[in-house]
Amino acid sequence: MSETPDAAGALPVVPLPDVPTLIDSQEGTWGNTSPDVSGFGGLARRYDMPGLVTPPLEGWFAVVDQAISAKVPDVILARFVDRGELTLRVRPDLLPDLARVLRDDPYLRFEVCGSVSGVHYPAQAGSELHVVYHLLSITHNRRLRLEVAVPETNPHVPSVTPTWPMANWHERETYDMFGIIFDGHPGLSRILMPDDWVGWPQRKDYPLGGINVQFKGASTPSADNRRSYAR
Amino acid sequence: MTDMHMENLGNPDEFVAGGADWEDIVTAARQRADDTIVVNMGPQHPSTHGVLRLVLELDGETVIGARPAIGFLHSGIEKTTEFRSWTQACVLLTRTSYVAGMHNEAVYSLAVDKLLGITAEMPARANALRVLMMEVNRIASHLTAVGACGLELGATSVQEVCLRERERVLEFTEAVTGLRMNNAYIRPGGVAVDLPVNGVDLIRELVKQLRKNLPEVGQFTLENPIFKARLQGVGYMDLTQCMSLGMSGPVLRATGYPWDLRKTQPYCDYETYDFDVCTADTCDSYGRWVIRLNEMEESVKIIEQCAVKLEATAGQPYRIEDARLAATSDLSVAADGQGNSLAHVKHIMGDSMEGLIHHFKRNTQGFTVPPGQVYQTIESPSGELGCHVVSDGGARPYRVHMRDPGFNALQAVPMVCEGGMLSDAVVALGSLDTVMGGVDR
Repeated sequence: MSETPDAAGALPVVPLPDVPTLIDSQEGTWGNTSPDVSGFGGLARRYDMPGLVTPPLEGWFAVVDQAISAKVPDVILARFVDRGELTLRVRPDLLPDLARVLRDDPYLRFEVCGSVSGVHYPAQAGSELHVVYHLLSITHNRRLRLEVAVPETNPHVPSVTPTWPMANWHERETYDMFGIIFDGHPGLSRILMPDDWVGWPQRKDYPLGGINVQFKGASTPSADNRRSYAR
Repeated sequence: MTDMHMENLGNPDEFVAGGADWEDIVTAARQRADDTIVVNMGPQHPSTHGVLRLVLELDGETVIGARPAIGFLHSGIEKTTEFRSWTQACVLLTRTSYVAGMHNEAVYSLAVDKLLGITAEMPARANALRVLMMEVNRIASHLTAVGACGLELGATSVQEVCLRERERVLEFTEAVTGLRMNNAYIRPGGVAVDLPVNGVDLIRELVKQLRKNLPEVGQFTLENPIFKARLQGVGYMDLTQCMSLGMSGPVLRATGYPWDLRKTQPYCDYETYDFDVCTADTCDSYGRWVIRLNEMEESVKIIEQCAVKLEATAGQPYRIEDARLAATSDLSVAADGQGNSLAHVKHIMGDSMEGLIHHFKRNTQGFTVPPGQVYQTIESPSGELGCHVVSDGGARPYRVHMRDPGFNALQAVPMVCEGGMLSDAVVALGSLDTVMGGVDR
């Protein structure tokens, strides 16, 4: 993203992509509500997930991209190539078909779904909760990341456990920590937290729950309440 | 355990405890047609490798159902990292799978290095030190797995030998990092401190000791008929089963498949080391045991090569030479085990105001990492250890997820235990080498 001002001194307007990529935005110097006396209170910055690309991709990324598009058309919403890794943002409703193709197609052969986890992006209105799948192809020695985004108000994603049995506990943990419901999972229940726990601990709006640190005659706020020297 | 009766029988020191619905439970059990009983093993059983609860359904001594229940050691480590600096996260993450702590630090540090885009610029000495400590840690972890498995069979001398050797390994770790465990030694951008002045001598001494003593474990066990009867054919998982459950590490290699990330997807210059991938073809606990013993020998080989590399790179940087990323001072481990640098204190307190400002900013705010996400994997002692890190461009991780091999492997407990004897369930579980700290995080 270029931030070079043009002749008039205005920053160029960067067109927003169709797929939301915003991780976080920040206003002011400190990025929180504490009084900003630095004189930079008007600063506004946004931080996006980098690497959004349009096909054709390069190398084996193209093989994977084309093989998927041929078998499950329209499933890929966006492609990210960043730091040597390929991320495919895909449609949740077609995920079971895609999973089966990824595992069984001879050009793909992603036999192992090593990890399923979640990330909470409250800044992405309408697609706050992301499920991230890290796939490994032992046949081709490749790694691929799938990402599915669903809204907080309706956090339903089809389970991939029928295709990859190893995803069973990983999906339970993602449900436990983020409240994402995996439809078709054989036994979706909390796994790390107690069964009767209320709330989704890894969401950004769930407090860390620290206590203030006491000193003689003073106290320091807990880790989650300190001023963030964020950037 | 509801409505526990606590009756005081007059004597203030005597109580009788009994479950209020105990009679109902006994009656219900009597009325069942089958003779199965459900037994809770753990969460505090010595054979469950930490606080794992195994719900076992037994027909006599045969396990007909096994369901692991986890979460007793969950401490929100991933959540807590989101409120700490990139460097401080190391201190937390090393405590996940604490027996192989060095690998947790390594996988996280490699992920952050990748986010920072400094992987290619990492000095050779930093990589050699990382490999050295990872392999030393691999031996410590395998000794724990092997020794605990021996102890669970009643072979206490195996555990004694393993603990003795592990202690030597941890003494070496303490000499280099200042701590036996939970080291926070491998950090984004390199390692915390350089090798001590006599470091190469210490490595050579360690190698000599391990060469002499490690074979002792195998001499006790490998041809011991009782030991073989307890391990062979127990906890069977062939390649199809392993692939369906995403197994990795010694469990996968015991099927004969030579999948080792140090060879297939090298990191930290592993491609420049000469070592073999150990496999077995028995698909059982015995094969995994043999692989762990052999892998320790291979690790000794790698440690020897590290000594050569560290001798050749003496005096070269042991971390990235970017003042924005590197820690402010060159610490050395002092007699009290703490890092110390008198020269640095003199510099910031007496010589340079700018140095003091930089020291203050770097140590309170840390550094920022450009936005993005990466997934890094390494070959930890128990299999593929993954780390998914997301940065929002800030001075703290936005999200860190540890993909622990033990978490994945515990899903195989029903597969390796059901149909076997209760005493074999203990062996099968031990052969998966799960550490509950990593499973629950």
